[in-house]
Amino acid sequence: MGEVNFLDVSKRFSLRVDGEVHYVQALDRVSFSVRDGEIVALIGPSGCGKTTALRVAMGLDASSAGRVTVDGREVHGCGHDRGMVFQHAELLPWLSARQNVMFGLEMKGMRGTELHETAEKYLDLVGLKGSQNRRPHQLSGGMKQRVGIARALAIDPKVLLMDEPFGALDAQTRESLQAELLDLHGRTQKTILFVTHDLDEAVLIADRIVVMKNGRVEEIMEVPLKRPRPDLGVVRGTPEFAETRYRVWRAIHDGVTVH
Amino acid sequence: MVDIANRQEKAAPQAQSAERKPLPRWVITLASISILLILWEIFGRRINPVFGSYPSAIAVAFWELAISGQLWSALYESLRPFLLGYALAILIGVPLGLLIGGFRVAEAALGIYVTAGYAMPLVALVPLLILWLGLGFAVKVSVVFLMALFPICINTWLGVVAVPKTLIEVGKSFVAPDLVILRRIVLPATLPYIMAGVRLAVGRAVVAMVIAEFFTTISGLGAVIINSANNFDTATMFVPIIILMLMAVGLNWLIGWVERRVAPWQAEIAGRDRE
Repeated sequence: MGEVNFLDVSKRFSLRVDGEVHYVQALDRVSFSVRDGEIVALIGPSGCGKTTALRVAMGLDASSAGRVTVDGREVHGCGHDRGMVFQHAELLPWLSARQNVMFGLEMKGMRGTELHETAEKYLDLVGLKGSQNRRPHQLSGGMKQRVGIARALAIDPKVLLMDEPFGALDAQTRESLQAELLDLHGRTQKTILFVTHDLDEAVLIADRIVVMKNGRVEEIMEVPLKRPRPDLGVVRGTPEFAETRYRVWRAIHDGVTVH
Repeated sequence: MVDIANRQEKAAPQAQSAERKPLPRWVITLASISILLILWEIFGRRINPVFGSYPSAIAVAFWELAISGQLWSALYESLRPFLLGYALAILIGVPLGLLIGGFRVAEAALGIYVTAGYAMPLVALVPLLILWLGLGFAVKVSVVFLMALFPICINTWLGVVAVPKTLIEVGKSFVAPDLVILRRIVLPATLPYIMAGVRLAVGRAVVAMVIAEFFTTISGLGAVIINSANNFDTATMFVPIIILMLMAVGLNWLIGWVERRVAPWQAEIAGRDRE
């Protein structure tokens, strides 16, 4: 199981600009849900609150009002039921790929041979078994993010939370990682909530897309593409892809005059 | 999947092979020292030996001090308080810096003393320390300790503050307790700063050692300096001074070696050559 519910979640930041205190309403009564095994994309212009929503769900930020639940249990701080994949992987530079994956497992209390075997299993799952002894600076951007995904998946969370995980990668690497993520999802059936600013990515990967604007949920859209989607190249050619992509684009640009 | 990974991405190159082999660093350093020594020898000989000296005279003085055994006993007497005070400064300065950098309350409560202590005119306090600790070993250790403590502590503190917030969030997201985050994320991320502080402290500790030997029981290398200066034996006076400078250089090199051992990723990330 792994069901996430946002219930009227609000978050207000205060920041001081030239001596004046400004309040930023990062989240304004955000409500949506992610069903068990579903992939939901949070998309919207920068500053729309999508990353804040993810951080609140992870427990890295607290909400000002409302609550997030995972399988009915309210989120208070971080927990092993959620695994986070960071934007720039954020591997610990002094640890090898395998030790990075082991770090999360050790925090869960795993020790001994089980620890090593589990870490290796998940590195194998992301195709990095041969590079497990390399340190992060000896890995390419795409490999780093694979380790980041392995690290989050290894603790066997109910929900995978991903913060623009492929945003910093080049287009080719991004496409192969998108395909791999779908493949991993097919095998693990994890619930995934991910933040992106990439329209194509949202449509290719997600079952549903939550469009956010100014801290509010603007629209929630179903993606009418069936699973599995083994060949994303084929998916891109379907009329459903083009149509959904256009609908999301309209939702994001709504109110903006386009010439 | 593995196939795609191997085809599309290659790991970042380890080190770029230089097209033209540059002069090794030690050759440049050696040339620089040789030129300095030659110039010193040429111009030093023209000066009245009371006002200055030159390398060959210093070498003769060194030889005389060495065979009489005076040099070695002085060195031993100086090194004991130096090493103990310096080691204590590391053992206390690093945890203290971690504490101040890691906890808001500690920073507010203790940070100001460390900042002020760094600028403390220690020489002025030596008479007071003598009143407390006497003229012997203890006061020398404490002077070295106090001089070396603050750069180590401040650097560690700055290092902790500079740890990327996202790395700490990685720890938090895996529910690591605060102490585990401090030990397994903050400490390794701070290591380069700590090592820089430990290096800075070498120079200060050497100065502190000599100050202590001047102001308390005149002993060790400091005594050799004072006694030969009083006898207008300038060449002999330079022997301990040069030994101290060589010691600082040697310690610096040793610390660099230790740093590459405990934090090899740092040099690799920075892409520095490792000679």
